[in-house]
Amino acid sequence: MKHLSEYRDPDQVDQYVQEIHRTVTRPWTIMEVCGGQTHSLVKNGILNLLPESVTMVHGPGCPVCVTPVNLIDKAVYLAEEKGVMLCSFGDMIRVPGSGRSLLEAKAGGADVRILYSPLEAVRLARDNPNREVVFFAVGFETTAPANALSVVQARQLGLTNYSILASHVLVPPAMEAVMNDPDTNIQAFLAAGHVCTIMGTGEYAPLAERYRLPIVVTGFEPVDLLHGILMTIRQLERGEHKLENQYTRVVRAEGNPDARRVIDQVFEVVDREWRGIGTIPRSGWEVRRELARFDANRKFSVSIPKVPECSDCIAGLVLKGIRKPNECTEFGTRCNPERPLGAPMVSSEGACAAYYHFSSALSDCVE
Amino acid sequence: MCLAIPGKIKSIGYQYDGLVRMAQVSFGGITKEASLDMVPHADVGDYVLVHVGVAISVVDEEEARKSFQYLAEIGELDELVESSQIDRNH
Ligand code: SF4
Repeated sequence: MKHLSEYRDPDQVDQYVQEIHRTVTRPWTIMEVCGGQTHSLVKNGILNLLPESVTMVHGPGCPVCVTPVNLIDKAVYLAEEKGVMLCSFGDMIRVPGSGRSLLEAKAGGADVRILYSPLEAVRLARDNPNREVVFFAVGFETTAPANALSVVQARQLGLTNYSILASHVLVPPAMEAVMNDPDTNIQAFLAAGHVCTIMGTGEYAPLAERYRLPIVVTGFEPVDLLHGILMTIRQLERGEHKLENQYTRVVRAEGNPDARRVIDQVFEVVDREWRGIGTIPRSGWEVRRELARFDANRKFSVSIPKVPECSDCIAGLVLKGIRKPNECTEFGTRCNPERPLGAPMVSSEGACAAYYHFSSALSDCVE
Repeated sequence: MCLAIPGKIKSIGYQYDGLVRMAQVSFGGITKEASLDMVPHADVGDYVLVHVGVAISVVDEEEARKSFQYLAEIGELDELVESSQIDRNH
């Protein structure tokens, strides 16, 4: 692991760390929602620079992790039994379903492709008119413009052999689910910068007001995270609860209106099941009814039996920040990234996997 | 997978018989295609944050340079590198 001082602006890092130490007078618990931020906090050793009284807990923020097993099984089924060309991002391809992962299906001869962008899947559909192409469209708000645009392009090109299997989740309803849990002890949130690049910050001010806690929109680099944590702690110490934007150089209050328009054209808000948590009302996007021909769920009616989640896994508590990954009895023993028992171990942005990979960076937290 | 990576627009062209507008964006040594539909005013020479093949916002050069350098240092450009290797193998 690299040391933080080797990265840019070591002076700025020091200044923020010192200022955080000066500002804190009481214990505070802050949740970062975004898995990319969890990854950065753990990988860069930032958790060890914070005062002991500041506890960072890791939120549900990894769309690959929270994709229900059932949906992965469905993707595997489409690839193996329906002969579709099943495409997705690399992370998603590796996640085990109740039986195989898509990668294992590929090894067994199914046509599974790892792509960088859903737009490449549209090209594959155009170049292979006699094949069905399905893109497993996983993501938070940040990824939605690309997934939506793939449907728009497919329609423009008049394609009838392209559809998406949408596993789209939304950040604000997940924050509400965390806060509505009676066992939560979260006192403030860092909100995900890139999500807000698309959606803007409008949805967060009412949340800050309703739950009376500070929300600071934050970038993902060490300096951003420390700055965001400092802004949060200043509010907490003053007894304030407002929305602030640390990441102003990228995030505008209104987000990206062009992106939001494309998302609206293609997606509508639905209740969604989150692996490890359960169904959260109005927490995801699904392809609009009028675009059903681009929706793999409607196009291929397959019903895959639901498999119960592993009962020893405390993913629900980890995803809501009530327990740390290393407080799980299965952590690192029966459960590891090769054979994950639950959601937060399945991708490198899940909290359990981040702890597993960078345990050397967590000397204070993991023995 | 939620990272957006800054790159510089090298050229803009049309595909699929002029139906779709796409840019060539360079990330360090790697050039990839990106849609500019979400940043319609971006032009050649501008820096954009690209996520899974779609530019989602315009950023200034200094910001782009710094955050690219950070991503490279901590080895977070794998997606880009892997996918360009996949491209080459095709
Ligand atoms: S370590 Fe594994 S079993 Fe334990 S909560 Fe995390 S994913 Fe579940």
